[in-house]
Amino acid sequence: MLLGLTRGRVLPSPRRCLLHCRHIKSAATAASGVGDSVLSAFRSICGEDGVSLGEAVREQHGKDESVHRCRPPDVVVFPRCVEEVSALAKVCHKHRLPIIPFGTGTGLEGGVGAMKGGVCFSLRNMEQVLDLHPEDFDVTVEPGVTRKALNAYLRDTGLWFPVDPGADASLCGMAATSASGTNAVHYGTMRENVINLEVVLADGSIVHTAGKGRRPRKTSAGYNLTNLFVGSEGTLGIITKTTLRLYGIPEAMVSAVCSFPSVQAAVDSTVQTLQAGVPIARIEFLDDVMIDACNRFSSLSYPVNPTLFLEFHGSEQSLEEQVKTAEDITQSNGGSDFQWARDTETRNRLWKARHDAWYAALALRPGCKAYSTDVCVPLSRLPQIIVETKEDLIENRLTGPIAGHVGDGNFHCLMVVDPNDPEEMHRVHLFTERLARRALAMDGTCTGEHGVGLGKRALLCEEMGPVGIQVMQSLKDALDPNNLMNPGKILQREEP
Amino acid sequence: MSGRVLVGVKRVIDYAVKIRVKPDNTGVVTDGVKHSMNPFCEIAVEEAVKLKEKKLIKEVVAVSCGPQQSQETIRTALAMGADRGIHVDVSGKDYENLGPLQVSKILAALAKQEDAQLILLGKQAIDDDCNQTGQMTAALLDWPQGTFASEVSLEGDKINLVREIDGGLEHIKINTPAVITADLRLNTPRYATLPNIMKAKKKKIVTVKPADLGVDVTSRLEVLKVEEPPQRQAGMKVETVEDLVVKLKEAGRV
Repeated sequence: MLLGLTRGRVLPSPRRCLLHCRHIKSAATAASGVGDSVLSAFRSICGEDGVSLGEAVREQHGKDESVHRCRPPDVVVFPRCVEEVSALAKVCHKHRLPIIPFGTGTGLEGGVGAMKGGVCFSLRNMEQVLDLHPEDFDVTVEPGVTRKALNAYLRDTGLWFPVDPGADASLCGMAATSASGTNAVHYGTMRENVINLEVVLADGSIVHTAGKGRRPRKTSAGYNLTNLFVGSEGTLGIITKTTLRLYGIPEAMVSAVCSFPSVQAAVDSTVQTLQAGVPIARIEFLDDVMIDACNRFSSLSYPVNPTLFLEFHGSEQSLEEQVKTAEDITQSNGGSDFQWARDTETRNRLWKARHDAWYAALALRPGCKAYSTDVCVPLSRLPQIIVETKEDLIENRLTGPIAGHVGDGNFHCLMVVDPNDPEEMHRVHLFTERLARRALAMDGTCTGEHGVGLGKRALLCEEMGPVGIQVMQSLKDALDPNNLMNPGKILQREEP
Repeated sequence: MSGRVLVGVKRVIDYAVKIRVKPDNTGVVTDGVKHSMNPFCEIAVEEAVKLKEKKLIKEVVAVSCGPQQSQETIRTALAMGADRGIHVDVSGKDYENLGPLQVSKILAALAKQEDAQLILLGKQAIDDDCNQTGQMTAALLDWPQGTFASEVSLEGDKINLVREIDGGLEHIKINTPAVITADLRLNTPRYATLPNIMKAKKKKIVTVKPADLGVDVTSRLEVLKVEEPPQRQAGMKVETVEDLVVKLKEAGRV
């Protein structure tokens, strides 16, 4: 999940890709692996314009917003419909070429790097919103539709899709990484909100995970294929359609901010608010280091203490009650400076600190880049893990302001690190491993929202244990025996 | 003063749609294409509803000129808080040729019929970009106009207005009744929520024909041709400044 609004690119990785003259239309063949006959097969499927060997285009499709370096594919194809995706996949299957699906490139775990070269399927030209059923609260979209584009499309219907990872990501991409966001405490993550998927498998066959065109609100028909592909990060198939659950746009919203004397007090307030049955929409935690950074960056004057940012959705009457209950709870936990606002302008001002957190963290050390960690633990363990993590940061002289979706037990350390200092980079790397293991030791997970991608494969083994990994590997082998689908992600394979 | 505000809302192709020209170059493709309320009209509706919430005016009437589907646009205005709607039924060839002059005649007639105190419009529509309807309506009624409004406040029977103009911001004070056209920064329109959409279904929309208002919608303009802008040509690379000068001379540019 990306904190704040869409942010600019992180600084280029130390090993830069050498850029010679860029060819807009390159007649040259690609680097190893993709011969002329394959290229002409691709061109006959998606047209001359639908196949690119250009260096700039391949680089653009070999990296995302993570710290992992660019690994460009050999060729990028731009299919326009699922039939083209299927035909292209069949060609790749026949020639044993790796297939890497690409949505918006806004991932945070290096999921789109072409580790073994191959063919990147850029799905941005499939950008239709299909089959909106407002009475049934569902809609089907193609991979080129981003969440902001969908919500703009829906605005007259009174409906919205609330999963908000920060970036304006492709919805099918969000399904592939099982994305989440600040709203998850109220509306759930992608796992709860994907009803059906259309997926092209490694051999080109097209499967509808809940049956073609079906969109019941619930089902107990057969294996749950939909949630098998949600979070599969392109390793089991290419998602070409997703049917999503929609919600009513809230009648009214109230935002609030409150300071606490300790992390424990902030988390206790969160737990009690949830236990009191308040249907809180967002509850975000910023630690004192982060609040200090925000104060400096946005010229604010919040007390430099653990702070909660809250947002309530509902009708006018229910909001009054919700805010009152939450305020009472925070007070009983030593909370102070409780401010709340109803109108859009003041709400935005209150939450500005939270929205600008990413930039505020970067501003702490100009010239550095930022990497976001992502672990999730049961709520009761959150105070302990945050306290231990902060001690770890101080002991190892690392800059890592903390922001978290405290209602889910999920938090991020925004590690601000000098890319030209290999020693510091190494310390950060070790820190993130310790953090993940700390979370695992507390019955948690090494990744709450961002996915496993490239960097957390070993941690996944620790999290799942050998039998769990073996089950995952069996599923992978069954659906993709030749390991063509996004090789090198999620599961580690013994290379011959 | 009646305390009644007329808000004009136009049904246009949605701003997010990629426009395509029809193969016969007579216009753009509209069949099966998503339509919605013109964004500047949304801002006008929002301003009217805000005035009603502040109890400065009593009733908001949404008006749209067009075929049957224009009623959807009126429903959206009702869901945002307008009280009732008037659909002026114009379809077929008349609708294809409908422009600001005819719409302003219709609005002027309705303003008199409804005894309106204020007419709120978007500054322009995103399909034709004419930016004429507000000004023409004011002229036909001989009312003052406050166009490109970025701030509106009522003061007794006068209106204080801030206009966004080329040189900056202009503060004016005009009498009522008046015509105001909304610019981008006037407000942020609210979303229609489900409960309000449900309530809007019970609000009334009355359909009238231009002839009922004594308006002739024949157009004096004829569209000859619609075509796409020219495709961007590929560039050329040169190795030296001398080459560049030679090429520019060849192209007759220097």
